[in-house]
Amino acid sequence: MSDNGFKSGSNLEKVLKAGHFAFTGECGPPKGANLKHLNEKMSPLRGVVDAINVTDNQTAVVRMSSKAASALMVQAGLEPNFQMVCRDRNRIAMQSDILGAYALGIRNMLCLSGDHQKFGNHPEAKNVYDLDSMQLIALVKQMRDEGKFLNGEDIDEPPRMFIGAASNPFAEPTDFRVYRLANKIDAGADFIQTQCIYNMPRFREFMKRAVDMGLAERAYILAGVTPMKSAGMAKYMAKFVPGMDVPAELIKRLEGAGKGKMAEEGIKFAIEQIEEFKEMEGVAGVHFMAIEWEHKVPEIAERAGMLPRPKVD
Amino acid sequence: MIVADRKPLEEIQEMIAPYDNIMLVGCKGCVTVCNVGGLKEVQILASTLRIARKKEGRPIQIQERVIERQCDPEYVEQLRDTCDQFDAVLSMACGVGPQFLSAAYPNQRFFPTVNTTFMGGATQHGVWEERCAGCGNCITHWFDGMCPIARCSKSLQHGPCGGSNHGKCEVSKDIECVWDLIVRKKIEQGRLDDLRKYWAAKDWRTARDGGPRKSVREELVK
Repeated sequence: MSDNGFKSGSNLEKVLKAGHFAFTGECGPPKGANLKHLNEKMSPLRGVVDAINVTDNQTAVVRMSSKAASALMVQAGLEPNFQMVCRDRNRIAMQSDILGAYALGIRNMLCLSGDHQKFGNHPEAKNVYDLDSMQLIALVKQMRDEGKFLNGEDIDEPPRMFIGAASNPFAEPTDFRVYRLANKIDAGADFIQTQCIYNMPRFREFMKRAVDMGLAERAYILAGVTPMKSAGMAKYMAKFVPGMDVPAELIKRLEGAGKGKMAEEGIKFAIEQIEEFKEMEGVAGVHFMAIEWEHKVPEIAERAGMLPRPKVD
Repeated sequence: MIVADRKPLEEIQEMIAPYDNIMLVGCKGCVTVCNVGGLKEVQILASTLRIARKKEGRPIQIQERVIERQCDPEYVEQLRDTCDQFDAVLSMACGVGPQFLSAAYPNQRFFPTVNTTFMGGATQHGVWEERCAGCGNCITHWFDGMCPIARCSKSLQHGPCGGSNHGKCEVSKDIECVWDLIVRKKIEQGRLDDLRKYWAAKDWRTARDGGPRKSVREELVK
């Protein structure tokens, strides 16, 4: 534990601990060493979100490393949430990257299993999965709280990360999902970011169970929101993305908006969701994933009443 | 048992292209059970190769043999009388076969005709599925008789991941999500609490990660 009472002292941790409704964003690093592209994606999020998730070769497509892109954000005065997947690193590389990330000023980490390489642009690759996401969470906690590597050796200057984990309330088998969330919190997750939510009644039910189990008191749960750009996108997600629950009414609503107006209807739905999450018991914030739509985030944040973001010292 | 698939005919034809007199050796072990390298398969492959070469106007002599097990020097020894008389020898055993044959007959050239795929069993007639990853430390009792190391595409000890979809793995609709099966069985049998446990990071030294493995049974070593 650090002296100031914070686990990591990241902005995200401070905002949540102070009781503010958090708002996090997301940035996929470029498919190249293109700094200009990365800057274009992260600049609109300045002052608009409390932390920015930096994806780790998402969908198993090779991109600039999440650690490097996170460090570039730190340099630019933005706060990253460094994502790490279990697919590409063994425990040696993981621990080494955690130390390196911390040394580079990174204070939040999101621990994930990672999409299988089959979905990416190098399906011929050998995967690692030395640890799984649960074990990665526990590892980051052990390194921080006990100051020890996985093998029990002491760490000279332990990395103090605010530990994040993902939860998908809609993936199958759904009855088990709240228990898996509980397991991640037991393992050491300080905050949770959920998969994109579209089915609000089901999410309400999930949150009720999480609250009843006392999980919302033990970790900050951020509800995942991704605005739909079109009915086509909604249909695609409903059909092809595993664990995504897109109700038929939402698709109908987007279609009903008519050509050229679907994106605005998608944004309206996202804003309605955010408004409801602000009031929902156990929800500590929103994780806003505007896929390739980063420039739209300031406007949406403004309309959703998320601005200005709180400053906590 | 070890399961294997026959290599494509073209690949085998290419291997034997330079030769006119070869031996094709089957194995009565696992590859006979999974119908890929037993007597019948030896006969079929030999005939197919002969016909193809005859068509090309370059007939080939193929001696057909099947031995008890190619992974046992005692049986491999049975080829001593003839092995070196051929231009080359094709093995229809798993990947162990050509290696034991090569070790016993260093002057001969051996070619594999099957690809070893996995350790598993037949789930229905003509269908084999992977069940064991040979990790060297069996934990199937933790998961009600199912192995997530071998059967989960990500070898998760704390599944299922978000990609579990209608009981199938996100990797392919032909792969069952073993974590879906484990969770359902635990719920049915009232043992969901088992899945609230944390399993420490696995020690992979007993698996292939510790280097090629060897089993020594002292009482049997002479």
